[in-house]
Amino acid sequence: MDLCTMDLRITRQRGFLLFIFTCSSLLHGSRGEIPSKPTGGVTILPPIKPDNGPQAFPDAEKENMPVFTMNYSRIQIPFEITLWVLLASFAKIGFHVYKKITVWVPESCLLITIGLIVGGIMHSVHEEPPAVLRSNVFFLYMLPPIVLDSAYFMPTRPFFENIGTVLWFAVVGTLWNSIGIGMSLYAICQIEAFGVQDINLQENLLFATIISAVDPVAVLSVFEDVSVNEQLYIVVFGECLFNDAVTVVLYNMFNFVAEMPVVEPVDVFLGVARFFVVGFGGMGFGILFGFTAAFTTRFTSRVREIEPLFIFMYSYLAYLVAELFSISSIMAIVTCALTMKYYVEENVSQRSCTTIRHVVKMLGSIAETLIFFFLGVVTITTDHEWNWGYILFTLLFAFVWRGLGVLVLTQIINPFRTIPFNFKDQFGLAYGGLRGAISFALVFTLPDSIGRKQLFVTATIAVILFTVFLQGISIRPLIEFINVRRTNRNLDTINVEIHCRIMDHTIAGIEDLCGQWSHFYWKDKFMKFNNQILRKILIRDNRAESSIVALYKKLELQNAMEILDDYEAFFTPLCCSGDNAAGFEAKPKRKFLAPDLKNMHDILSKNMYKIRQRTVAYTTKHALPNESQSKEILIRRHASIRRSLRPGSFQSSVVPKSHKYFSLPAGKSLDSKFPPGMTNDEETMSEAAYPSRRSRLVQPARSSSSRAMMPLRRLDTLTEVHSVDVVDEKVGDRRRAARGTSRTNSSSSRDPRIPAPQRHHSSADNGRGSADNFRNGHHEEEEEEPQPLSPAPSWTAEPREDAAQNPLLRRPQWKPKK
Amino acid sequence: LAKSCPGQETVTLYLRGVALRGRRPRPAPPSTSPPPASTSHPIKQEDNLTETRLVSHSQITRLYSRFTSLDKGENGTLSREDFQRIPELAINPLGDRIINAFFPEGEDQVNFRGFMRILAHFRPIEDNEKKSVAVSEPLNSRTNKLLFAFRLYDLDRDDKISREELLQVLRMMVGVNISDDQLGSIADRTIQEADTNGDNSISFNEFIKVLEKVDVEQKMSIRFLH
Repeated sequence: MDLCTMDLRITRQRGFLLFIFTCSSLLHGSRGEIPSKPTGGVTILPPIKPDNGPQAFPDAEKENMPVFTMNYSRIQIPFEITLWVLLASFAKIGFHVYKKITVWVPESCLLITIGLIVGGIMHSVHEEPPAVLRSNVFFLYMLPPIVLDSAYFMPTRPFFENIGTVLWFAVVGTLWNSIGIGMSLYAICQIEAFGVQDINLQENLLFATIISAVDPVAVLSVFEDVSVNEQLYIVVFGECLFNDAVTVVLYNMFNFVAEMPVVEPVDVFLGVARFFVVGFGGMGFGILFGFTAAFTTRFTSRVREIEPLFIFMYSYLAYLVAELFSISSIMAIVTCALTMKYYVEENVSQRSCTTIRHVVKMLGSIAETLIFFFLGVVTITTDHEWNWGYILFTLLFAFVWRGLGVLVLTQIINPFRTIPFNFKDQFGLAYGGLRGAISFALVFTLPDSIGRKQLFVTATIAVILFTVFLQGISIRPLIEFINVRRTNRNLDTINVEIHCRIMDHTIAGIEDLCGQWSHFYWKDKFMKFNNQILRKILIRDNRAESSIVALYKKLELQNAMEILDDYEAFFTPLCCSGDNAAGFEAKPKRKFLAPDLKNMHDILSKNMYKIRQRTVAYTTKHALPNESQSKEILIRRHASIRRSLRPGSFQSSVVPKSHKYFSLPAGKSLDSKFPPGMTNDEETMSEAAYPSRRSRLVQPARSSSSRAMMPLRRLDTLTEVHSVDVVDEKVGDRRRAARGTSRTNSSSSRDPRIPAPQRHHSSADNGRGSADNFRNGHHEEEEEEPQPLSPAPSWTAEPREDAAQNPLLRRPQWKPKK
Repeated sequence: LAKSCPGQETVTLYLRGVALRGRRPRPAPPSTSPPPASTSHPIKQEDNLTETRLVSHSQITRLYSRFTSLDKGENGTLSREDFQRIPELAINPLGDRIINAFFPEGEDQVNFRGFMRILAHFRPIEDNEKKSVAVSEPLNSRTNKLLFAFRLYDLDRDDKISREELLQVLRMMVGVNISDDQLGSIADRTIQEADTNGDNSISFNEFIKVLEKVDVEQKMSIRFLH
C-alpha cells in the first residue's frame, strides 16, 4: 500500500525524467484510470473508465473488440519501482564515466546531489515525494540487502581479530553518543531563546540515537583507496555494521519510552534487560538460520539452479522472524550471513557461489543507491522546520561527542590491543563518523505523536548532509595529509615495492602456516568442534580442502587448453628473441626515463597479486572481491606442477617463455631455466632439433663417473644444465664468472652427505613434492661436476662454514637442550 | 600432547625444555665472544639462549598443536605435502618458496624444532631487545629478517639476486597481463636501481641498502598467538 502511494505520487514527475520521455504522454493519459486511492495530489483528472482493475479485457460492454488498449494501473507499481531503480542506476553509471569525480567526491555525495536536482524538479511542479521512507518499506525491503551485503563480505579474519574493539566501539560508542548528544541537547532545550522547550528528555534521547548511527560507506572507500592500516579499516567497518543494530534497538526502546507518560526506575532496568534480550536473541536466530541454510545446501547438488536462492531466503527469513519477535533483525541477518557463509560456500558449486556474491552485492548496492537518492529528493520536497539554534547545536554535539567518544574509548581499549591506536588512527575513527542511510530512514519512521518531528527530520538531514559532504569530501586530503599509518604505501623505488610485496606475501604465508587465522584459544576449540562435528553435518563433501581440490580438477581442463594455446604461440616469442638478446646485452647502458619509471610503477601496482587476506579485507561495498586472481595463481601453480611431473627432456625446452619463471624448487639450478630466447640466434632453431642437438653437445663434456648413478629423469636435467654451458660461452665472460663461482661456491660449501631419499612414484595430489625431490636429487649430483673445472674466484675465500647455522640450510636436530 | 609415535618423546622433552627456559630470565651473556665482523656474512652464529627466547610457553603449545594438526603422516615431521595442503598457502604466489624455506637443502622433512626455528624469524622485536647488547644476533633481528626475504629470491645461494632469479619471483607475483618484455625491463630497472658495484645483480648488502628506509621490523613480524 505504501509503495502504491509512493508511486502514485511520483507519477506526474516522471515526465521530466530523461529516459522516459517517450512514455510520459502515455502516463499522463493513463493517470486518470487510477481508482480512488489515498493520494491527495494525484487523482486530478476524472476517471475515464469506471474500473479496470486487474482484468485483461475490462470493457465487456463495448461492442467492438478494442484494437489497442492500455492498462497502466495494472502495472503501475512494479513499473515505477523499476523506473526509479533504473534512474538511480543510470546515475551510478554516469559517475563512473568520469573516474576523477568519484575519487574526490564520494559517490554518496553525488547521489544526493542528483536526488536534490530531481527533488527540485519535483518541487517545482508541486509533486509529492515518494513515500518509501514513511513506513516500514525501508525496514522490510531496503535495509536487509544493505546489511546482508556488509555482513556477507565482512572480512572475517580481521574482524575476529578485532572483534573486541569493534563491539566496544559499536555498543559502548553508540550508547555514549546517544546519551551524550541527548543530554546536551536537552540542556540546550532549556534555553528559552531557542524556543524549543517543549522537547523533553526522552525525545531528545530518541533523536540523539537516530543521529548516532554512523554509515561510513564513503569513508570506507577512501580508506581503501589510501590503504590505511587494516585495524582502522575493520573497526570502522564493523562499527558501522553493529552500530546499526544497536541504534535500531535503542531507537525502539526510546521510542517506547518516549510514548510513556512517566518513566520509573524499574523501566530503566527493564530497558537494559531488553537491550540484551534483543541483541542476543537476534544473534540466536541468526545462528539458527545460518546453520539451517548450511544444512540445506548440503542437499542441493542436484538442483544447482536454485542453490543461490536458499541463501537469500534464509537470510531474509532470519530477518523477518527477528522482526516478528521484535528483536534485533539486523543482528539476526548479520550473524546468519557470518554463520552460513563458510559452509555454504563449500557446499554450493563455484558458479552458484559467484552468483550469490554478485546478487548480494547488486541488491545491497541498489538499495543504498536508492536511499541516498531519495535522501536528496526528500530534502527538497519535504516540509522543514528550521531552528537555527537546535540544528547548529545538533551539528556541534554530533561532532564533539563523536570525537570525545573515540578519544575516551580508545584510551580504555588500547591496553587490551596488541597494536594500540595512535592519535592519527583516532582521528580517522572520529572523522570517519559520517551519518547516512540508517539515520535518514529512522527519522522518517518516527511516530507522528512526537510534536517536533519536522524539526527532527530537518536536523537529521542537516547532520547527514553536513557530514557526508563536508567530512566525506575532506577526509581523503586530511587522511593523506596527516599520513595515517598505512599498510603499504611508500613507493620510493621499484625495489622497495617488489621487496615489500615479497615480505607481505611471506608474512601472509607464514600466518596461514601457523594457523594464525584462529585468533583465540576458544577459536581453536571451535575449529576443532567445527572439524569434528559441524563440518560433518553441514558439509556434503567432508574432505578437507574439498573446494581447493575441486578447483584443481576444474582448472585441469582449462590448463590443458592453455598449454595447447601456448604451443601455438611458441614460435612467436622465439622470433623476437633477437631483440630480446640485444636488449639484454645493452642493458647496463640502458637509461630509464621518468615516464618509463612511472609506467613500471603503474604496471607493478596494478598487476602484482594482492596479499591474500587483504584482498578480501578491502572489498568495497560496491566492488566484488577478485576471485580470478587466486584462480590464476592456482592455474599457474598447477601448470608448473604438471610440467615438473612430465617426463622427458622435450618438454622443458619447449615450455614457452611465459611459463619459464614459475615456482622453481629449492635445489634446482637457476640456470637450467634460462630462457632459450636469451642465449643466441643459434638457439632459435626449431625445437624439434633442439633437444637432440643439445644432448649431442653435452656428451663429451660430461664426466662419466656420475653416469652410473644416473637416475630416471636424468636426461632432462642433463640437457638443461648443459644448455647453460652453451649460454655461458656465448653470452660473456662476466656472466660466466658469476655462474661458475656460484656453482662452485654452493657445491663446495655443502658437506658431503648421502643424497636425500627419492621417491620415484608420484600421485596426483602430492605430485609437486615428489617432483621436488626428484630435482633435488639430480641437482646435487650434477653440482659436483663443474667444481673441478671452474677455478675458485677470489671471494670464494669466504668460507661458508656457517651454512649449518643458517636457518634455511640447517637440518633438523632432535637433541633436546637443557 | 600425548601421542604415541616415534619421536614424540623427544619433541615433548624439547618443548618442556624450551618452555622452562623461556620463562627464566635471560642470563647475562658471556661478555667475551665478539660479534662476527663481516657484514657481508650476515648469518650469525646464534647461541642456544636466543633460541629459547623465541616464544612464550603458550605460544609454543599452540604452535605445537598446529604442527601436529598439519602433520597428517603423524610421524613428528612435516613434509612438503603437509605444507601444500594448507589451502591459503596453496594460492599464495610465493607459497612454494616459503615452503622451501622450511626445508634444509636435501631434506624433505622438517621437525618441530626446525619449524620453530624458521618461525622465530618472524617474532616481533621487543623494545628491550633493541637496547640490550646481544652477543649474537637473534633470529628475529632486522638482518635476519631481511636475509629470510633475500633467500626467497636467492635460490642458488650465491648471495646475489641475479636477473633471472628476480624475473622468476616477479613472474610469480604479477598477473599474466604483463609481457615478458615489460617484466624484463622492470627487472633491469630493479637491478640497476639497487646495483652499486656494477655486477648486474643484487648482493645482500645492496639489498639491505635498498630497504634501509623500510620498516622491516614491522613488516616481517607477526604476532604469534597464545
